[in-house]
Amino acid sequence: MEKNFNLPPKPNRQKKIVRNSAIALILGVIYVWAFSGVIEKVDWRFFDRIGENFDRVVPRLVDVDWSATSKVLELILETVFIAYAGTLIAAILAIPFGFWAAGNMVKSPFWNTMGKWFLILDRTFPELILAILFVITVGPGAFAGVLTIGLTAFGMLGKLYAEVIESIDMKVVEAMEANGANKIQILFYGIFPQVLPEFLSFALYRFEIDIRASTVLGIVGAGGIGTLIVITAANRDWEQLGLIILAIVVVVMVIDYISSKIRKRLV
Amino acid sequence: MPQQNKDLESKVYSVYPKKLKFQISIIFAIVVFWYLFSLRETDADFIGLISEIDVVFFKLLEMFPPDWSYIEAAIDPLIETIQIAVVASTFSIILCIPMSLLSANTIVKSKFVYQLFRNIMNFLRTMPDILLATLFVSLFGVGIVPGILALTVFSLGLLAKLLSETIETIDPRQLEAVRSTGGNIVQVIWYAVVPQVLPNFISYGLYVFELNVRASLVLGFVGAGGIGAIIDTQLNFLQYQKVMAVLVVLLIAVIIIETISNALRRRVV
Repeated sequence: MEKNFNLPPKPNRQKKIVRNSAIALILGVIYVWAFSGVIEKVDWRFFDRIGENFDRVVPRLVDVDWSATSKVLELILETVFIAYAGTLIAAILAIPFGFWAAGNMVKSPFWNTMGKWFLILDRTFPELILAILFVITVGPGAFAGVLTIGLTAFGMLGKLYAEVIESIDMKVVEAMEANGANKIQILFYGIFPQVLPEFLSFALYRFEIDIRASTVLGIVGAGGIGTLIVITAANRDWEQLGLIILAIVVVVMVIDYISSKIRKRLV
Repeated sequence: MPQQNKDLESKVYSVYPKKLKFQISIIFAIVVFWYLFSLRETDADFIGLISEIDVVFFKLLEMFPPDWSYIEAAIDPLIETIQIAVVASTFSIILCIPMSLLSANTIVKSKFVYQLFRNIMNFLRTMPDILLATLFVSLFGVGIVPGILALTVFSLGLLAKLLSETIETIDPRQLEAVRSTGGNIVQVIWYAVVPQVLPNFISYGLYVFELNVRASLVLGFVGAGGIGAIIDTQLNFLQYQKVMAVLVVLLIAVIIIETISNALRRRVV
């Protein structure tokens, strides 16, 4: 008996090739545009000065100026306080909004989408834009920084919280409903025990990000060490900049370490 | 009889053990104490903010209507900002590939190399973008070169961390399969690692690009190119209506870029 062995038909690759080459073309155009624009603007003379600049700046950066310690310490602590106060506001404020944006908590899809959109709207604002707005409205100072961090962290935490809430075990909630528990009891005994560890973990993670973010705020006058960075660089006081770099790296590393230890225990 | 009932009621046991309650109370107290302390240190005055909300609104109104005629001056710096972001993202995407492969324990078997690159990566991530920008401006002079370098280094740490974590969670059996058929390390990476991480890689690349567009606002404030410079100038002249016009343009650009990038990401992942 003769059997006809046929190879399976080859997949139609034409579509894929067209699509891929279209993507490649668009990417190519973007790259040509971006790189040509950049190359045009680069002042190539910087190339000759690099060596000189390195010799001038790097030894002074390493030769840390310890006399400024108290000033730098004060400002870096202010940076940490801004991040802490801002993140905590956001972490608490994001809880109701997280519930609002969670699909399994809000019955009406319209309301739920509204909540999601609200959080997306909040996340689109770059923090420096918010910082500028707050510096203008509430005046320069650390409080503007706290509000900025609070508002930017709130959008991200709200989204993460909503995702956590959406992933909980709804059988617990149903069981409590069947037992006649009211809404508040369900919230405290059915939902919170499931979500709080992850809420805390995300809040801590956001705190790590906010430490870095609040170093930037100072450049528009919203408190923290950013102001000193700009002033120091403008004065070419590289010894002091060395100290600032050291302080930031140490503080960020210590906080990252502690926070990741706590997060490991939480989840 | 009623007495007995009362006794029973008072013997309601809590769901949570006493020790846990104690621990949580202490942690809660510390958190609240630190919060109050940091509010004091940062001069946070929420009551003042709410009671003087009319002043805040009045100040905000000073920024309106935005001075639309200033937009023309903002277009060129905005284009420069986006170009810087594209170039910096490209450099960091290229550089992060070897970096993340070397700091993933599924690829690198040597403990020393693994730890070394992990530590370099962590060190890179501790530097805030403003610090990198200042540092590079001092080394390379004012211009867009320090801006590109600052963003490249800044996003390299982040991207390498995300990618190396993805590489560490891929299915190791596929690596084994390629290795067992005699594939060398390049073939293992090309045929077993790349197909598994490519969607995530593209998604991270887009994410870093978005981040760079936002971060490049910072650069101008320290003289590293981009739209921040004109905002800084107008802010110092207290030209709030011009500042607002630039901010609106920037916000629109950010929204457009994020919409495109989200649409692309949804198709890829």
